[in-house]
Amino acid sequence: MGYVAVRGGVEAIANAAHLVEFYRLRDNTPPIEIKQLKAQFRLAIDKIMGEGGLYAPEYGAIALKQNEGDVFEAAFVMRAYRATLSRKFYSETIDTENMFVKRRISASFKDIPGGQILGATRDYSQRMLNIELAEENETVVREFLEKFNIDIDLKEIKKYGRITGILRHLGFLKPFAKEEDTSLVDVTRDAVKFPAPRSGRLQMLARAETGGIMAIGYSSIRGLGGVHPTIGELRVGLVKIYVKDRTGRKRYLGKVEVTEAETINNELEVGQNGKNVPYMSIGYGLCFGHNETKAISMGILDRAMRDPEGRGVAHDQEYVLYHTDGVESMGFVNHLKLPHYAGFSAGLSTMRKAVKRKEEEDQKLNPSLAEV
Amino acid sequence: MIELKKFRRQYNYAFIDEDTKKEIRRKLLKAICIPGYQVPYSSPEMPVSRGWGTGALHISLAIIGKGDTYKVIDQGDDASVNACNIRSFVEKTAECKTTFDTGKASVIQTRHRVPEEELTEDQIIVFQVPDPEPLRQVEPYTKITRQMHAEGDYAKMWVALYESYVQTGDISKGPVLVNDRYIMSPSPIQAWDIPNLNNSRCLNLFGAGREKRIYAVPPYTKVEPLEFEDVKFNINDFNGAACKRSGEKVAFLEEIFNEDGKTSYHMVNDTNYLDKIMDNNRPKQWNNKYLVKKRKELNN
Repeated sequence: MGYVAVRGGVEAIANAAHLVEFYRLRDNTPPIEIKQLKAQFRLAIDKIMGEGGLYAPEYGAIALKQNEGDVFEAAFVMRAYRATLSRKFYSETIDTENMFVKRRISASFKDIPGGQILGATRDYSQRMLNIELAEENETVVREFLEKFNIDIDLKEIKKYGRITGILRHLGFLKPFAKEEDTSLVDVTRDAVKFPAPRSGRLQMLARAETGGIMAIGYSSIRGLGGVHPTIGELRVGLVKIYVKDRTGRKRYLGKVEVTEAETINNELEVGQNGKNVPYMSIGYGLCFGHNETKAISMGILDRAMRDPEGRGVAHDQEYVLYHTDGVESMGFVNHLKLPHYAGFSAGLSTMRKAVKRKEEEDQKLNPSLAEV
Repeated sequence: MIELKKFRRQYNYAFIDEDTKKEIRRKLLKAICIPGYQVPYSSPEMPVSRGWGTGALHISLAIIGKGDTYKVIDQGDDASVNACNIRSFVEKTAECKTTFDTGKASVIQTRHRVPEEELTEDQIIVFQVPDPEPLRQVEPYTKITRQMHAEGDYAKMWVALYESYVQTGDISKGPVLVNDRYIMSPSPIQAWDIPNLNNSRCLNLFGAGREKRIYAVPPYTKVEPLEFEDVKFNINDFNGAACKRSGEKVAFLEEIFNEDGKTSYHMVNDTNYLDKIMDNNRPKQWNNKYLVKKRKELNN
């Protein structure tokens, strides 16, 4: 064997795997502990869990470590791991009104029942590179924690009704005019067919790559699409997950953190007298972990895809959903590195034939050219 | 955290969970019953990248057992990097035997080629498919292509074939018509390989993981390349070139450039076939009308 120059083999693969592991460890620094990653790379792990479609912060941290911080690869590893597990149950519907709220804002109303809760956000901070972090050590951390020292009376925590409830009460809120397929599918068990039901679209968006749906959502609000909503409510917090066991008893599984966005859109409907009647519709986004960009982008695209005739790619289900799955798009873009030798070789000979044919035709049309 | 070490295997047998493997097998049965029809399926993520053979891997893992012998080739080559990676993964998780020998394999996974050695009734070939939709080149939307297939509306495809002829003089790229009903992408196998799908003794399974589609050509099924009455499909022509190592002329030859980047030579692309010829152990090649014609031409 080994008579073709460009050819790998078992040995080359094993060496490449060793080498990449060496890159990770070569500076001989103390290994990053999983609990450190879990604590200090919270947002990266949330992305990995969302795109990986598996809520498991510990495994998300391992995936992040294993892939030297590459969130795409880490999400891919999570999905692959997920494929080895059987789906035994579907959870009961989550009611986010019962959420343990960590952050809750509205861009539609200044004063909302229950009040706005800014929570942990970098939204209103100056994004200056913090050189001091280079010197951060355990003493700094301890001092910060001693000074911060907050006491939360958990009894004070209450449930918050939805802001969209106000609009519904006012009678402005209606489902978007076009009829909608409300069947419930599971995109991890069946390939989605188009036009896809809303359940399938939202599931695919929830597992989509954040940057991918952000780009298409942005194209819509920037003017290339027809949807530019206001955020009715954005909330981040913990929700309880229940499943029904075989006897029909509800069983509590645990809490997961989610981000939920309800975006408000102004719509027009042609009334009976031919005059336009305004109303409001909701775009909905819900994803694992704390990922506001993703939930808002979902909200834009959810509403956009309900109107397939709208202008721009954000309205186009197949465009949005087929091209924003990070695991799929990353895989196929990188497959271009695979050998295409046989096909390329055949292509060369087809091309030679076509060029020859062209030359022969040219000669037939204008024999004098041949002499030049 | 779940302590995985307490289980005998780190992952489920043949990686994918049993429910999903069962689902894939049921979809395979449907695909076999409707030759050339693309069956949507769950397509779980594999630890191999999307677009690198996941669809074929799903099929291989769903049908393989410990008694099977698995072979995988990439562009005709068992030792190509991706083939090595997939083979070691299947060997490890399905606990089966593996081989380079085409004749000894019970399941053969392939990318872009059909082996030169004729496959038998005891063998299954699983194709890695990047784009299962032959109509994609004329219609980007699946909701419309599904409708076109359902109605057998292939007019646009014929126009595209005609355009290809006008532009390059070549129509021999696939797709194919299966069982007089569905137009099907034979995956980007070479024109040389396409006639071998027709009435083959083996079972041909196609997996497109990223696009979540499975389809099949059962044994002894009619598969015809698309062609016109006056412009016919033809297999690759190597202008009489012969393999530098074996002198072989009737096999798919790959053009390999020398270090100077200008001169080139040819080699049999199927490495196992070439090895066997070099060992004086020539296996039985496929027999189709194009090969018969080619052999006749070369003998004269």
